[in-house]
Amino acid sequence: MHRVWAIVERDLRRFRRSPVLMLMSVFMPLVQLVVLGYAFGGVIHNLKVGVVDEDHGLRAIKLKEMFQAVAANARTFVPAYYSDKGAAMYDLRNGKINGVLDIPPQFSRKVLAGAQPRIALVEDNTDQFSSAALGGVVNQMLPAFNSPPIPPHMTAVATLDVVEVYPYVPYIQYLLPGVIVLAIFVSAMIGGGIIFIDDKARGLHEGYLVTPIGKFELILGFTLSGAVKAIISGLVLVTLGSIIAGIPDPLNPLRLARLLLLVVATSLALISMMFLIVVRVSDPLVPRAIFGMLNTVLYFPSGAVYPQESFPGWMKAIAVVDPFTYAVHGFKQLILKNTGLMAVSGDLIFLFVFTALAMTAATLLFRRTL
Amino acid sequence: MFDIEVENLAKRFGDFVAVDGLNFSVEHGEVFGLLGPNGAGKSTLIRMLTTLVPPTSGTARVNGFDVVRAQNDVRRSIGVIPQAMTSDLDLSAVENMSIFAKLYGIPREKRQRTIKALLQAVDLEQWADKPVKMFSGGMRRRLEIARGLVHEPKIFFLDEPTTGLDPVSRVSVWEMLERLKTERDLTVLVTTHYMDEADKLCDRIAIVDHGKLVALDSPLKLKASIPGKNILEVSFSGAPRDWSETIRNLPDVADVKTEENVFRISSNNGPRTTVALFEAARVANASVASLSVQSTTLDDVFVHYTGHQLRDTLQAPSAADSPFMLRPGRS
Repeated sequence: MHRVWAIVERDLRRFRRSPVLMLMSVFMPLVQLVVLGYAFGGVIHNLKVGVVDEDHGLRAIKLKEMFQAVAANARTFVPAYYSDKGAAMYDLRNGKINGVLDIPPQFSRKVLAGAQPRIALVEDNTDQFSSAALGGVVNQMLPAFNSPPIPPHMTAVATLDVVEVYPYVPYIQYLLPGVIVLAIFVSAMIGGGIIFIDDKARGLHEGYLVTPIGKFELILGFTLSGAVKAIISGLVLVTLGSIIAGIPDPLNPLRLARLLLLVVATSLALISMMFLIVVRVSDPLVPRAIFGMLNTVLYFPSGAVYPQESFPGWMKAIAVVDPFTYAVHGFKQLILKNTGLMAVSGDLIFLFVFTALAMTAATLLFRRTL
Repeated sequence: MFDIEVENLAKRFGDFVAVDGLNFSVEHGEVFGLLGPNGAGKSTLIRMLTTLVPPTSGTARVNGFDVVRAQNDVRRSIGVIPQAMTSDLDLSAVENMSIFAKLYGIPREKRQRTIKALLQAVDLEQWADKPVKMFSGGMRRRLEIARGLVHEPKIFFLDEPTTGLDPVSRVSVWEMLERLKTERDLTVLVTTHYMDEADKLCDRIAIVDHGKLVALDSPLKLKASIPGKNILEVSFSGAPRDWSETIRNLPDVADVKTEENVFRISSNNGPRTTVALFEAARVANASVASLSVQSTTLDDVFVHYTGHQLRDTLQAPSAADSPFMLRPGRS
C-alpha cells in the first residue's frame, strides 16, 4: 500500500505546485453555468408582431385592445400596426418582425353570425422558441375573447388545477447538477487522462516500471490521486455554483455531507472511466482530440440540459450506461429537491459498481512493459 | 557467478530484428560499455535486461535472476537511468528521491539517511529542497544517478547518461559514477556515443551493430585488434632532395603525403617507423624539426567494426516529441 501512496503523493505534490491547469477545470464549468443559465430558459420579451386589421369592425377593435393589454403587461411582444397586409408580410420575410396577426375582412360580422370567425397568426418559425411563445400567448388570449360577458348557468366545463411540488426552479438551477458533473469530468480529463499520457510520453512511467510496483498498485494510485483533484473541483462547484444559482441554504452541513458522498462517487467513476479509455494510449494528441467528443457523448444524453424523455432510443441506450446520467440524477435530487440519501442510493450503487468494473478492466489492460 | 549473463537473447518487432541472438556476461565490479550506431539495438537490450521489454527468445539473468521469471527480484537488484531525463520538474530533489525510496518500500529512518548521503555523494546537498526545474542538465543527471541508487542496487544500468551535457558536466558525471561504483561496489552497464569516455572508463566494451555483437574486449585490445594506422607528422631541416622516396622505403610505411615540407606518414607500426625515421635522418645528416605520432582511437575501432556509411533509417515518431504536451520537458 505504501507504493500506492507514493504515486498519490507525487501527483498531489505536483498539483499543489502548479494548480493553474486544474483551476481551469473549475473555471470553465462555472462560466458555462452562468452563461448557459442565463442564455436559456429566460422568459421571452418584446417580440415584434405586425397587426393587420382588414375588418375595422367592433370585434376587431376589442381583439386589438386585448392584444395591446398583453403587450403592456406580459411584454411578450410589441405590436406594430400595418394598414397593408402585403407590407406586413414583406417585413416578416425580411426579419424585421417575428409574426403577423391578421384579422381578415368580415371578421366582426362572422363573430356576430356565429359563422366560424378566424384570425391568422403568421409566424417566423425558424426560431421555435419565439414562435412557440407567441403562439402560446395568442392561444391563451382567445378563450377570454370568446367567453361571453355573463357566463351561462349550465357549466360543465372541466378545469385543471396544477400543483407545483417545489418552488419555481429557474433554468440556471436546473443546469447546476449537470455543471457540477461537468467540472468533475473536466478535472478527470486533465488530472487523469492528459497528465497520465504526458507523463508516459515523457518517460516518467519508465521510472515506475523498473521498480517492483504492481499493475493494480499503479492504477489504484493514479485513480486515487486523480479522484482527489476531481473531488476538489466538484466541491468548489457544489458550493460556489449553489450560491451563484441561488439554491436556498447552500452551506447547510448535513446537505453538504450528502453532496460530498455523491461527489466522491462521481469522481471515482469518471476518473476510472478515463483511465480505462487512455490506458493503452500513448499519443498526447489523443486525449485532447477526444475531449470534446466525449464531453458531448456523455454530457448531453445524461439529461443535464434537456429531459431524457424526449430522446430517441439510441440516445436513451447511451444514457443507461452513462455514469453522467446517474450522477446528474443524484445531484438533482440532492440539490433541487434536498432529499435524503435514500433517494440517491441507486445512483451511488451504480457509480461505485462502475468504478470497480472500470478499474478492474484498466488493470487488466495496463501494460507493465514498454 | 556473473552479475549479468546473456544467452542467445533476441527481440523481434514484427519483421524487424532489434536484437539478434546476443551472448555475453558481465563480471561483478566491471564497468561494461555498450557501443553501437543509433538503432543498433542498445536500448532494446537494456530494456530487456531491466524487465521493460520481454525478450522474443533466449535468456538473460541479472544478479542471478531470470529477467522473465523473476522480474521483481531483478527490479530490486538494479538501478536504471533511462535516456530521457525523468525527474519531476515541479518537485524538489529530496521529494524526487523520497518518492522512489517509497516505491522501493524503504523504511522512513533509512530513507532519510540514504537520501542525504546520496545527495552529498552527487554534490547536490545544497540544492536538496530546490525544485528540479531550476536545475541544469548536469545537475538533473546527477540527481537521477542518486535516485537510481536510493534502494542500494548491485547493478547499475545507464542509457547515454552524458548525452546533451556540456563537457564540464560530462566529466563531473563520470567522476561521480566512478566514485560511487567503488564506494558501493557496483557493476555498471552503460551506453554512450562518446568514445573518449568509453575508452577511459570502461573495463570492457561491446560493440553492437544490427542487433549483433561485432566485437567485445578491453579498450586497449580492441584498438590493437584493427590494422594499425598510426599517423606520423614530421618535418626536417636539411633533408636531401630524394628524401620522400627514402621515407617511403622505411619499414611498415603504408603511404606518404607531402605538404610544403611536412610529411604525413601512414604506418602500420608507429614505434618502429619512428625509430627507423630517426636512424635514416642521422645517416642522411638531416635533423628532425618536429614530430607527432597519433595512435588509433576508439573512434577508428568503432568505424572499423560498424562501417562508414550513415545509417539513415526511419523510426517510429516518439510521443515525447508531440507538440501537444503540457509544459514540455527540457532534456
